Amino acid sequence: MLTKRIIPCLDVKEGRVVKGVSFVSLRDAGDPMELARFYDKQGADELVFLDISASHEGKETMVEVVKTVASELSIPFTVGGGIRTLDDMKRMLRAGADKVSLNTAALDRPELIKEGADFFGSQCIVVAIDAKRNGASWDVYTHGGRNKTEWDAIEWAKKSVELGAGELLVTSMDKDGAKNGFDLELTKAIRDAVEVPVIASGGAGAREHFEDVFKQVDVDAALAASIFHYKETSIAEVKEYLRKEGVNVR
Amino acid sequence: MIIGIIDYGMGNLFSVEQALKKLECTVIVSDDPKILGEAEAILLPGVGAFPDAMALLNQKGLSSFMQSLPEKNIPLLGICLGMQLLYEDSSEGKMTEGLGLLKGRIRRFEKGTDRIPHMGWNRLHFARMPYWLDDTQSDTHVYFVHSFLAMETASEQVWATAEYSGVEVPGVVGDGLITGMQFHPEKSGDFGHYLLEQWIANVRRNQDEQVSDISRN
Repeated sequence: MLTKRIIPCLDVKEGRVVKGVSFVSLRDAGDPMELARFYDKQGADELVFLDISASHEGKETMVEVVKTVASELSIPFTVGGGIRTLDDMKRMLRAGADKVSLNTAALDRPELIKEGADFFGSQCIVVAIDAKRNGASWDVYTHGGRNKTEWDAIEWAKKSVELGAGELLVTSMDKDGAKNGFDLELTKAIRDAVEVPVIASGGAGAREHFEDVFKQVDVDAALAASIFHYKETSIAEVKEYLRKEGVNVR
Repeated sequence: MIIGIIDYGMGNLFSVEQALKKLECTVIVSDDPKILGEAEAILLPGVGAFPDAMALLNQKGLSSFMQSLPEKNIPLLGICLGMQLLYEDSSEGKMTEGLGLLKGRIRRFEKGTDRIPHMGWNRLHFARMPYWLDDTQSDTHVYFVHSFLAMETASEQVWATAEYSGVEVPGVVGDGLITGMQFHPEKSGDFGHYLLEQWIANVRRNQDEQVSDISRN
């Protein structure tokens, strides 16, 4: 039986992990490789690296980070952030990333999803959807949640899959940072609308929240950042809890 | 061991190359059958679509090269799409003939309650042990990502399966010196690493002992 995946997300800027990671056990908590290894040992099923570098140099550094991680890590990882062209995808995937995640660039030009899927196969293409509630539905935002688009989240999810997305990473802007649980309604609406795996993101504040999203929505994976970085709980603890509660995890 | 990785222009060879180097293999990456002929074993990786892959393999003379490996007693390992290519044909995109080294066909998962692709960690159940594998481990989870699977296989060619969508998905398959893995051993943590290590260490141990003089060291 396929297990539910727990995916920590690391924000990387100019080659360094940012957003206050507080592990005393690490020699260098800003080193992407060291954190990747740490999470791997803890039982992470995959990793996501989000490149938030603004500079050209920072993006070049990210390629080097990807190469290092790919040489040492033996679990899959996704790279997102600033991937705007087929060439950007090629560089990351050839450097050893298993998947790339598209967000703003795909909304600017949806054909990018198809180009990536045709070239590398759908399994490499993740579409990240940042959604915010608006009445009875959800709007899609770009640029890290700054700009509202004309897209309805469910329609965009369907369109992304039609164009070749192999997986959707759904972040609830309403829940993100609130630590009171994943957005069950949003993830369920998207899960029910598409055939591909769905990763829930935004709102994880306790191990019970993972249980809720897996049991009530049956998403394939759950992504979290600060809850693991700040050591509020560990991946090992979350998995042990899930196992006890009857959720199938590795 | 010298391992030739077939580079036919499809996908990411970096991770598998690094994994083999970590296991102290000398790696040759090439699309030239002459150069690959120097290797003691061949690895066929692959992501992307079956018809594109077969077209490239045929065009570069790599199909006949691989089909000639069994008679030369050279082991072959296909990973993910590389494993699917070992079969007779695939319905991915358009019906395409494969290498025909294993019995069976590649077909899409049927639409049902489960997600397609089959993506994530699933447990392998060994129906029988591959001759190159001394023992399994307690945790046999490996990382799968695929939308097509091998069907109408010969049971003696299927060593391990994973259960998904109500189907026993062939995970480790093979015949003679040919091995296929539907999952990504290079992305499958400790157990994946162990499978690769065992394959490298023992694959030249012939199961019929016809070439028992070949070093097992």
